[in-house]
Amino acid sequence: MIKVENLHKSFGDHEVLKGIDCEIQSSEVVCVIGPSGSGKSTFLRCLNMLESITSGQVTVDGFNLKNKKTNINMVRTEVGMVFQQFNLFPHKTVIENIMLAPMKVRKISKNEAKERGLKLLKKVGLSDKANKYPSSLSGGQQQRVAIARALAMEPKLMLFDEPTSALDPELVGEVLEVMRQLAIEGMTMVVVTHEMGFAREVADRVLFMDEGIIMEEGRPDVIFSNPTSGRTKEFLDKVL
Amino acid sequence: MEGRFNWAGVIDFLPELGTGLYYTLLISIIGLIIGFVLGAIFGLGRISKNKIFYGISSIYIEVIRGTPVLVQAIWIFFALPLITGYNMASVTAGIIVIAVNSGAYIAEIVRGAVQSIAKGQVEAGRSLGLTHNQTMRYIVWPQAFKRMIPPLGNQFIISIKDTSLLSVILVPELMFQGRLIASNYFNAVEIYTTVAVFYLIITLTLSYILRMIEKRLDVQ
Ligand SMILES: Nc1ncnc2c1ncn2[C@@H]1O[C@H](COP(=O)(O)OP(=O)(O)OP(=O)(O)O)[C@@H](O)[C@H]1O
Ligand SMILES: [Mg+2]
Repeated sequence: MIKVENLHKSFGDHEVLKGIDCEIQSSEVVCVIGPSGSGKSTFLRCLNMLESITSGQVTVDGFNLKNKKTNINMVRTEVGMVFQQFNLFPHKTVIENIMLAPMKVRKISKNEAKERGLKLLKKVGLSDKANKYPSSLSGGQQQRVAIARALAMEPKLMLFDEPTSALDPELVGEVLEVMRQLAIEGMTMVVVTHEMGFAREVADRVLFMDEGIIMEEGRPDVIFSNPTSGRTKEFLDKVL
Repeated sequence: MEGRFNWAGVIDFLPELGTGLYYTLLISIIGLIIGFVLGAIFGLGRISKNKIFYGISSIYIEVIRGTPVLVQAIWIFFALPLITGYNMASVTAGIIVIAVNSGAYIAEIVRGAVQSIAKGQVEAGRSLGLTHNQTMRYIVWPQAFKRMIPPLGNQFIISIKDTSLLSVILVPELMFQGRLIASNYFNAVEIYTTVAVFYLIITLTLSYILRMIEKRLDVQ
C-alpha cells in the first residue's frame, strides 16, 4: 500500500527527515512514536503530499508521489487524514461536513451522500448530532465527526496525526474506540500517537522515530518490552 | 434667537437636496459594488503566488492608500482626460473615484480575512481531495466573507462620506447641492445642518442593516 525509499524532507536548510525507508501493507496498522520534533507529523504529511518531498521515492496505492504527472487530488481521495485539531468546517453542520467531499470530489448525489453520512455518524455513535454545528460538540465528538468525514470518501488508507492529543483525558477513550473498530475492520492505518496503550494493543507494528529517521521498528510487544536501541529505551522510560 | 434662523425655509430646498441625495446614493452604491469586485480581485492578488498578479495588486493598493481621495478625484477628472483625450462626465468620474479608492481598501480587507482562516481548514479540504479552487470556494470564502462584514461596513461608511469630496469635481451630490444653495441664499447654518443630518441618516441606516446581517450570521 505504501512504499517509502530514502525519503528526505527539508524546510529551508533545516533537514527534518533524513532518509526514511519503510513499507506498509494493506490492512496493516502502524503506530509511529517518538519525541517531539522528531519529524513524525512531517513524515505523515509527506504521505498525502501536504508537504512536498525533497528527495526519495514515495509510492502510495500505486501512485508515485514524486512523479509530477501524478494527480495529487486523486491520491488524496484514497488517503483519509485526521488531524490533532480536528479541523472541522465551522460554517457547516456535522452532516454537511461529511457530505461535502463525496459530493464535490466523488460526484455522488446529495441523497447518496447524506445516506452515507448518516450511516457513518451511526458508526461513530453520533447519529443525533447530524444537524448540529461543530462548535456545539465536545472535542471527542468533533474528532469522531472528523473520522467519519474522512471515511466518507471511502479511502483505502487512513492517516492519524495525534488524534487524541488535543482532547481532555476523559474524551480520549471514545476516539480510540472508533479507531480500534476501524482497525478490526481491516483499514490500513498509520497513526502518530502518544497513546502507548493503544499502540501496544492495536498496532501490528510500531515505528520509533528520532531525529528524522526510523530508529527502530517492530512488533509492539517487542518494542515496548525489549527495545534494542538506547534512544528507544530512553524515550519509553519517559512516557510509560 | 427665535427668528435668527429660518429652519422651516429648508423645506423649499428639499427638491435640490433630494437630487443631491440621489447622486450621493447612486455613486456610493455603484462605486462600492465595483469597488468590492476590485477588492476581491486585488485582495486575492496580494495572496497570489503569481509574482506579476501580486506586484500589480501591491502597486495599486499602495498608490491608492498613499494618496488622498481629493487628489485622486481631481486627478481623474482634470488630469486623466488630458492624457487620454477623453472627457468624462463628472458623475462617471465620481463613480470611478469611489470604486478605485474603496477597491484598494477592500482588497486589504479581503486579504486579511482570507489569511485569517486557519491553515488547518485548507489542509482539511485538500486532504479530502478537494482542489485548490473548491477549497477556496466551499471552505475559505464562506468563512472569510463572514469575517469581512464588519470592516466592509466600516469601509462603506467611509466611502459614502468621501463622496462629499466629489463636489470639487462638480458632481451634483448632496454636498455640492448644499453649497450651491447656501451660497445663493445665505442660509449656511440651516442648509449645512440639514446636509449633515442627511449623511447621518444614511450612515446610521447602513450601520443598523450591517448589525442585523451580523446577528443573522452569528446564529450559526
Ligand atoms: N512548515 C514548516 N516549516 C519549517 N519547519 C517546520 C515546518 N513543519 C515542521 N517543521 C520543523 O520540523 C521539525 C519536525 O516537526 P514535526 O512536526 O514533524 O515533529 P513531530 O515529531 O510531529 O513533533 P510533535 O510530537 O511535537 O508533533 C520541527 O523541528 C519543526 O520545527
Ligand atoms: Mg506532530
